[in-house]
Amino acid sequence: MNVTRREFVQITGATAAGLAVSGLGFGLSPVKSHAQMLKTKYGKETTTVCCYCAVGCGAIVHTSKKGDGRLLNIEGDPDHVINRGALCAKGASLLQLCENQNRLLEPMYRAPYSHEWKQVSWEWSYEQIAKRVKETRDASFQHKNEKGQIVNRTMGIASVGSAAMDNEECWVYQAMVRALGLVYVEHQARI
Amino acid sequence: MTNHWIDIVNSDCILIMGSNAASNHPISFKYVTEAQRRGATLISVDPRYTQSSSKADIYAPLRSGTDIAFLGGMVKYIMDNKLYNEVYAANYTNACFLVSKEFKFKDGLFSGYSTLPEGHVKGKYDKSQWAFQMDENGVPKKDLTLKDSHCVFQLLKKHYSRYSTKIVSKITGTPEDLLEKVYKAYSATGATGKAGTSMYAMGWTQHTVGVQNIRCMAIIQLLLGNMGVAGGGINALRGESNVQGSTDHALLWHIWPGYLKTPRASNDSLASYLKKWTPKSNDPLSANWWQNTPKYMVSLLKSYFGDNAVLANDFGYNWMPKVDDDKDYSWMTLFDEMFKGAFKGFFAWGQNPACSSSNANKVRRAMANVDWMVNVNIFDNETGSFWHGPGMNPSTIKTEVFMLPCCVSVEKEGSIINSGRWMQWRYAGPKTLGNCKSDGDIILELMDKIKELYHEGGAFPEPIMNLKWDYMTDGLYDPHKVAKEINGYFQRDVTINNKLYKKGTLVPSFAFLQDDGSTSSANWLYCNSYTEKGNMSARKGTQDAPNNIGLYPEFAWTWPVNRRIIYNRASVDLSGQPWDKEHWVIKWDGSKWLGDVPDGGWPPMQNADGTPNPKSRYPFIMHKHGYAQIFGPSLNDGPFPEHYEPLECPVEANYMNPKQKMSPVAPVYGTEADPHSYREGVCDPRYPIVGTTYRVVEHWQTGLMTRPQPWLLELQPQVFVEMSEELAQLKGIDNGERVMVSTPRGTLECTAIVTKRFKPFKIGNNIVHEVGVPWHFGWRWPENGSEDSANLLTPPTGDANTRIPETKAFMCNVSKK
Repeated sequence: MNVTRREFVQITGATAAGLAVSGLGFGLSPVKSHAQMLKTKYGKETTTVCCYCAVGCGAIVHTSKKGDGRLLNIEGDPDHVINRGALCAKGASLLQLCENQNRLLEPMYRAPYSHEWKQVSWEWSYEQIAKRVKETRDASFQHKNEKGQIVNRTMGIASVGSAAMDNEECWVYQAMVRALGLVYVEHQARI
Repeated sequence: MTNHWIDIVNSDCILIMGSNAASNHPISFKYVTEAQRRGATLISVDPRYTQSSSKADIYAPLRSGTDIAFLGGMVKYIMDNKLYNEVYAANYTNACFLVSKEFKFKDGLFSGYSTLPEGHVKGKYDKSQWAFQMDENGVPKKDLTLKDSHCVFQLLKKHYSRYSTKIVSKITGTPEDLLEKVYKAYSATGATGKAGTSMYAMGWTQHTVGVQNIRCMAIIQLLLGNMGVAGGGINALRGESNVQGSTDHALLWHIWPGYLKTPRASNDSLASYLKKWTPKSNDPLSANWWQNTPKYMVSLLKSYFGDNAVLANDFGYNWMPKVDDDKDYSWMTLFDEMFKGAFKGFFAWGQNPACSSSNANKVRRAMANVDWMVNVNIFDNETGSFWHGPGMNPSTIKTEVFMLPCCVSVEKEGSIINSGRWMQWRYAGPKTLGNCKSDGDIILELMDKIKELYHEGGAFPEPIMNLKWDYMTDGLYDPHKVAKEINGYFQRDVTINNKLYKKGTLVPSFAFLQDDGSTSSANWLYCNSYTEKGNMSARKGTQDAPNNIGLYPEFAWTWPVNRRIIYNRASVDLSGQPWDKEHWVIKWDGSKWLGDVPDGGWPPMQNADGTPNPKSRYPFIMHKHGYAQIFGPSLNDGPFPEHYEPLECPVEANYMNPKQKMSPVAPVYGTEADPHSYREGVCDPRYPIVGTTYRVVEHWQTGLMTRPQPWLLELQPQVFVEMSEELAQLKGIDNGERVMVSTPRGTLECTAIVTKRFKPFKIGNNIVHEVGVPWHFGWRWPENGSEDSANLLTPPTGDANTRIPETKAFMCNVSKK
């Protein structure tokens, strides 16, 4: 019997919990199938690709449709042709990357010579950063280099990052820093 | 990867060297072990007996930094025993090209070397002495019999004739019988229908000779006819989920999206840029694909500046910044400049250089020299918090830090591209936690704010004000809008091959891009990824292609144009029939190609009756001359890979080249924060042990995304130094004891792990010990601050071509705490 994972979940969902599922080659314990039903009943299902190494393993993400709307579970996607449901230790812990009390949740600011962080707003951060970018860029902008060639760049700002961003984010990021005139633009691929 | 993960299963022999895939790319082993089950041989070559080694049929140890000696010995073995695929080598590689009679190699140097008075690099080559001989039409002269003494094949044979197993063993520490065993097993893939593959990672790149490590393997693959075939290729196992994409989209100083060259100061107009960087071939059989550079460049400028980019203003070409000709702006130079106080502002976006950079102490000190830093990350980290890190006094550090919280991947939508070039779309599960935002939102909102300020004027506002920046929907970053821009649009109604393409529709593929401003494409390589047929990267089709080799052409999307195995026109003989009939990639049915998307649709090199077909093109279409480069005349450090010692090494001389110890053209940085133990003739007795760095499965990169997680931290809680039982006994160190590892750059406290996985090497007449430290740690997590980065130890030097730091081979000492 050839079934995809989704069909499998539908079949097991339709069958009473605890019933051995004939024709699939194995049975499900009552607890496991109950958990499956919780995920499908109360969870929104999306797919993702693991954010660690570059094998590109697929995973299924279940997010609660109720309450806090947070993750219920992340597991390997059996329909993904590369990993076929398998994940390594990191991939299997993906949920803990997201639902993690150590995450940074607010913009923070450290003033010169200060010993501490201060929580700030996004709006204030953008204003302050934009102001510094402009001041630095305007003061350091070179229209021409020492040889008199047109270079239209700033040597006062450097950037590193990031292979941790999506393709679309990488593209807009490089467009931004290049439009600002940065030439020191580097990231993980160089190290 | 020229091939992809699933394709490993088609291999007859897998060489894992310069990587430890079982630990660091665990799911790849699904295909490695399945290949073994079908009869493939797995070879692991590594200084340490790794998890990959434990599954291998043959394990061979080698001292870190000696891969070219090891592989050079294999080139000699292949040549001596005539194990190459001669038809392939003669017709698809530049083995048949004749090289300038001025080309020589003597005393460890290629011809054309001269020293430089200043800078990070001691000397450079005049590459004109490595040029190919040209005929009267400006086409390289060839000798298809491969007998001419100046042809690449004969020069190669001569060059590697010096790499006997005896001298290789003396350098690498690998026993001679093991060398022969590896050479024999791998070279067997030169037989018609057999395929060998190479799985490498940072174990090859992070050396002063990193590019040449990989080139040496590429030479082996070309001799054996292993490029373009199923189960073959040169496969870089990339370490970050989207480092392929971030490279394709050019977050590097030297390239623009799609591997276009960054404009130089001397390229003062679009015309002069295109003249300089558009290669020309006079050979009608060479596809010379980069002749399309003008189409790709103009389409990119149209994406940058939209309607503001017009012919009259060179499509905005001069609004973008230019780098000085012949200057370097790469990672180590960037932090060297920062250390010297060159920058006021610094973005550390989704990256943790305080732990990831070689000689990380220098980087941490350098960050105190900028006025402001923007640090975007999921967690507080050693970079953003450098000002209260070990040895830092916040009262003396002026740097303002803006630390902005970005969301995790499952909280946003967008695509990433894996090591096998499979572009895959991800969806948002939960909403962003707390006040986090996606990187995309942060980038768009920040630039909006900057644009707002430039409304009131400022230095050269044109690029900022003219930048096309309409990627939001309902006030939020819209990844689909960017993905479509990356693919590209028709900018006006265009008729191509009698078919009308309407303005505003998506370009079907890069073959349709134009150099007159009628098309946009933010990255030509991705043109075909998001078309009028939809988002190709979101596809989930699980049907394999008719050749049944695991291509899965309807699952996700690969660049270029959904080709799964690149250089696949070399997988067939001159008449278009596959070398491997069972695992064929493409084949010619008399009128068209079947199987994978071919590397260009031209017919085979020969007609059915054996006559040459003038409508064909050579298979290596990205090279100007159409041939794969066994001889690489554009590299900084020589057209053939040559063994040089790392900057820091345990031998008094390079046994292969007694007069040239390290690469003569590799950069070495020289501030007071860059000490090293390099000595000509003698080794620094304070640092007698070879050191290397590596990764473990439970953590990732600097550990910033894994150390704050309780399960993973519990599995691997501490930085450790792994050493042999022999070394531990010599030093009186017990397993589990905390010890100090030191280099001229820094000292790191580690837990000693004494194993049988490291064994002392016999190098020349000496016993040399090697130790390894995983580089996943940092002081911010775990929160007690007890651990730190292995990169406090690593050296101030890097590859002669790319300047990737040499973090895989250095000298250190280990002592009791």
